[in-house]
Amino acid sequence: MNKFIVEVEQAYVVFDSHQALIDINVQIPQNSFVAIVGPNGAGKSTFIKSLLGLVNLTSGTIKIDGRSPQEVSPGDIGYIPQVKTMDRTFPALAIELVITGLDYRWPWKRSHPNIDRAYEALQRVGAEHLANRQISKLSGGELQRVCLARTIAREPKLVMLDEPATGIDAIGETDMYNMLESYQTSSCATILMITHDWHAATHHADYVLLLNRKQISFGPPAEALSEDNLRLAFGHIGHSHRLKFLVK
Amino acid sequence: MQRALIAGVLVGFLASYYGVFVVQRGLSFLGSGLAHAAFGGVALGLLLNSEPLWIAVPFTTIIAIAIFWVKKRTNLGSDTAIGIFFSISMALGIIFLFLKTDYSSDAFTYLFGSIIAVTRTDIWSTVVITLITIIFIPLWKRWAYVSFDRELAETDHLPVDRDDYLLAILIAITIVVAIKVVGIVLIAAFLVIPAATARLVSSTFRQMTILSVIIGIFSALIGLIASYYLDVPSGATIILFQAILFFLGMLLKSLRFIIG
Repeated sequence: MNKFIVEVEQAYVVFDSHQALIDINVQIPQNSFVAIVGPNGAGKSTFIKSLLGLVNLTSGTIKIDGRSPQEVSPGDIGYIPQVKTMDRTFPALAIELVITGLDYRWPWKRSHPNIDRAYEALQRVGAEHLANRQISKLSGGELQRVCLARTIAREPKLVMLDEPATGIDAIGETDMYNMLESYQTSSCATILMITHDWHAATHHADYVLLLNRKQISFGPPAEALSEDNLRLAFGHIGHSHRLKFLVK
Repeated sequence: MQRALIAGVLVGFLASYYGVFVVQRGLSFLGSGLAHAAFGGVALGLLLNSEPLWIAVPFTTIIAIAIFWVKKRTNLGSDTAIGIFFSISMALGIIFLFLKTDYSSDAFTYLFGSIIAVTRTDIWSTVVITLITIIFIPLWKRWAYVSFDRELAETDHLPVDRDDYLLAILIAITIVVAIKVVGIVLIAAFLVIPAATARLVSSTFRQMTILSVIIGIFSALIGLIASYYLDVPSGATIILFQAILFFLGMLLKSLRFIIG
């Protein structure tokens, strides 16, 4: 068993003349919670997509559990895209979406051999009541739960999430982090999450990868999200809003 | 009439089956694009005095592959890629027909469809593509998954690009064999309306597929019989009947919404 689930060495991604990732070097330990933070256009999604094998590196290497992304069994990786990018017009029930996580295909029949496992996964995220609901009728938070059930149904070693808090309310977000942490604890999986929220990263992550096309920092949140690093990644780290009142 | 009915039922099945993927992937314009590509192929067949079908099938298939290739290799949208090849094929078709010195009324048969023009060759070619479609039915699960979310399918290592090309080729051949029944001008609707009607009242993709196929076959039968007795063009009659079903579907959906 590898000590590191993800090993990235001197990774570069260049699209035409645009350098999306420049010299990324990280080793992500097993069973850790990693937040990937950076401004818009920092290459966060490109980084995740290169780990998924959807984007090829221009140079460098990526190993997932000792293998290249293309060699990794799909069952070892769970990917949760942003729910807002999903086609909600697609005629589908939540349970069918969960079955795709086990079958890697769209189910034709409802009486599927994997149906019990799919229900079990929905139960684990407290969404069994949504099983027969159309995905077009789910709220952002409910769809996020169903997607999480789809992912954990296959019991992956590595879960990757692209801005999971987008489109869900604060309670949904807290629930989602609880469910992720519970899955991480029970299965010893590693969680990689893209987020814009420094506070969520500080609170939930064991490590933070701060990117702005280049790797700004990688380490425990307090270290990786230091003021200097944030300034380097974002240019500035916010300002206070003072209101002036004029009393006549 | 018997020949036309066989062709109609098979073409109804093929167009409505592939239509669900076309509609759900937002590729409704693909039907128009490939129909006009088929026009280029048919015109070349007429110019060369050979069976237009044998020229139109490879011609339209190449155009279908080219559309997906350009879309994949550039950052252009599907509609732009389709629009480019749509125009090229039409332009070629016009030139080919212009070069054919002896005027041929055949072109109108292909443009508007004619049940009288359905030949034994048309029937056999439709049977062959129907059999190929049945053989490839297990691919429904993969095509459906990609139609829902391409990225998820790619992360699960499905051969998404290969499947896209195969689907495009099968749609292209379906369009060519459907031309005699429906006509180039209306074939896109034949691909889209049954699937769109089924979409209105379906809660699963499986239900949508089954319903679309039923609508496709049923409307082709009713439309052909009606066109025979009313002595009006077959393609237009089928499409108008499908349009009635579509609006009935919308009404049903609205009633469901009101009743709750």
